Amino acid sequence: MKNTLTVQIEGLKKHFPTGKGHFTALNGINLEIGTGEFAGLVGPSGSGKTTLLNIIGSLDNPSEGTAKVLGHNIGELSITEAALLRRKEMGFIFQTYNLLPVYNVFENVEFPLLLLNMTAAERKKAVHDAVEWVGLTDKLKSRPNQLSGGECQRVAIARAMVKKPSLVLADEPTANLDAENSHHILKTMLKLNEELNTTFLFATHDEKVIQYLKRKIILKDGMIEQDLKNL
Amino acid sequence: MIKFLFKGLMRDRHRSFLPAIVTALGVFLTVVFYCYITGIMGDTIEMSARFESGHVKVMSRAYLENKNQNPIDLALLGAEDIITELEEMNPDMAWAERIRFGGLLDIPDENGDTKSQGTAMGMGVDLLSENTMEVERLNILQAIKTGTMPSKPGEILISNQFAEKLEVNIGDDATLISSNMDGGMAFYNFTIVGTFAFGTNALDKGMIIADIEDVRMALGMYDATAEILGFFPSGYYESELAEEITNTYNLSKEIDPDRFAPVMVTLKEENSMGQILDLADAMGFFMVFLFIVAMSIVLWNAGLIGGLRRYGEFGLRLAIGEAKGHVYKTQIMESVLVGLIGSVVGTIFGLLLSYWMQEHGINVESFMKTSSMMMPNVFKSRITPTAFWIGFIPGLFSSVLGTMLSGIGIYKRSTAKLFKELEH
Repeated sequence: MKNTLTVQIEGLKKHFPTGKGHFTALNGINLEIGTGEFAGLVGPSGSGKTTLLNIIGSLDNPSEGTAKVLGHNIGELSITEAALLRRKEMGFIFQTYNLLPVYNVFENVEFPLLLLNMTAAERKKAVHDAVEWVGLTDKLKSRPNQLSGGECQRVAIARAMVKKPSLVLADEPTANLDAENSHHILKTMLKLNEELNTTFLFATHDEKVIQYLKRKIILKDGMIEQDLKNL
Repeated sequence: MIKFLFKGLMRDRHRSFLPAIVTALGVFLTVVFYCYITGIMGDTIEMSARFESGHVKVMSRAYLENKNQNPIDLALLGAEDIITELEEMNPDMAWAERIRFGGLLDIPDENGDTKSQGTAMGMGVDLLSENTMEVERLNILQAIKTGTMPSKPGEILISNQFAEKLEVNIGDDATLISSNMDGGMAFYNFTIVGTFAFGTNALDKGMIIADIEDVRMALGMYDATAEILGFFPSGYYESELAEEITNTYNLSKEIDPDRFAPVMVTLKEENSMGQILDLADAMGFFMVFLFIVAMSIVLWNAGLIGGLRRYGEFGLRLAIGEAKGHVYKTQIMESVLVGLIGSVVGTIFGLLLSYWMQEHGINVESFMKTSSMMMPNVFKSRITPTAFWIGFIPGLFSSVLGTMLSGIGIYKRSTAKLFKELEH
């Protein structure tokens, strides 16, 4: 399994229109990420890491080149097909957690499963498993406003992992956390990566995250400056 | 999924309770305003119907041609038979005979010489028969300012203004000098037992009200009447019904070549009532339309803002893998549900207040003292079948439209951009 490719990018460019012309956010990216990797797109703000993460996450399309994710050419997917790919194969973790405030922990984690038409019993088991992975079994009935920042991000991880996706994309997941919580979160994700063989791809410039990465893809001005593997 | 979203809707007061309250309030105001406008317009027309035209009116063909002159010499003969026939043809309707006449009212002094005189506009109505509806229909009891209602033949009411002008008191005698049905002079003595004020110059200037049998005696109109007014049991003018009844009646009289044969006209055909009715309809429609547009903009905006503040949530749902179409569909379903609940609640409360205003009304007598228009002193609302659905236009249609417009942003914005909304 470790040898198959989850992400395969060739000659990827992304332009955004501006007033007079266009701005090139990604300029000729070639990248392969294998299944089960724990990798990160590292670079300063404006280096193109979030844009690349969005394209890999099928939230945006390439302007030029191809991006194949889990065997799907992102540029050729319809909106519905892209949604289906995200629904079945991807999990997202955000900087600001983005939990739905009116739902409790159980319901927030359960949400992605509702889109997969699973039975209530299957959902219940999957949610309990996911919440157990992140160590929040005693907080199932709590609402997000009753949780600390670290706990909220652990719920977000459980939500991303509950459907056991092939690929988890995390955009600055520790930006709002203190050092202790950041390490806890990263250890949890590393454990899930090893136990479930899920591919993790981060977009970050946080040193706390970088030290956990097994592969660092350093971006600068929309291009890969360095690709440090087997760390 | 639906259950999940419904749970969220119920828990998030900003998505459910508050929009429902705003919608209910808008719908409530729309219904109350609609009923109020309908009531005012309807009451103004009904007042004219009660005093002047009835919902339908029967006259002789000759009288109709000259009705502005109140030509009693062209009155209907055989009034009792005509009423019997009308009651057989339309058993649900109420029929009332009226005689309008003009003349001179002479007030004698203690020696029998003229103390004062004035031109009088008279109305003979059924004041004294046991089951008369006319006293209530014309609201005479409430209009009496001094004295009492006539209780026996020979007693009349005169308007307060007229009484002051003639310097008469309750109990004074008055002689009507007029022309009778055959064109001869008519003199008849009355006793003034009360004065009245309807609050409108059109009725209060030089008006006298007498029992119709006295007027018949005075003007020699035995078994004759100038007009027979017909009133619908609903108490409101119904245009289509009036036309149907009128056509049926006139068709039955078509073969009679006599110019004194009875002919029926609708309220709409009377004087300029058709124009007034059309104007009332247009005015009512225009005012209600303006109000609905204003309420629609408010509720549309509420729907729009409600949708916009949830872009972050939509971004998350899209990231998780929900299809854009599904997000949009659930947003509209929520809006329909909230709009429906708000509209039903608003309509119920709007109808309740309108019902209260239909029964009691708002007394504007003090503002109408100088008015010369024939308008009611108490403005009452009126609940019509339209009142049951009109609030749903701003309540459901506009708020759903607002939500739909805000939802278009889901399609127009790229998924990545919506996704980015999550960070704000």
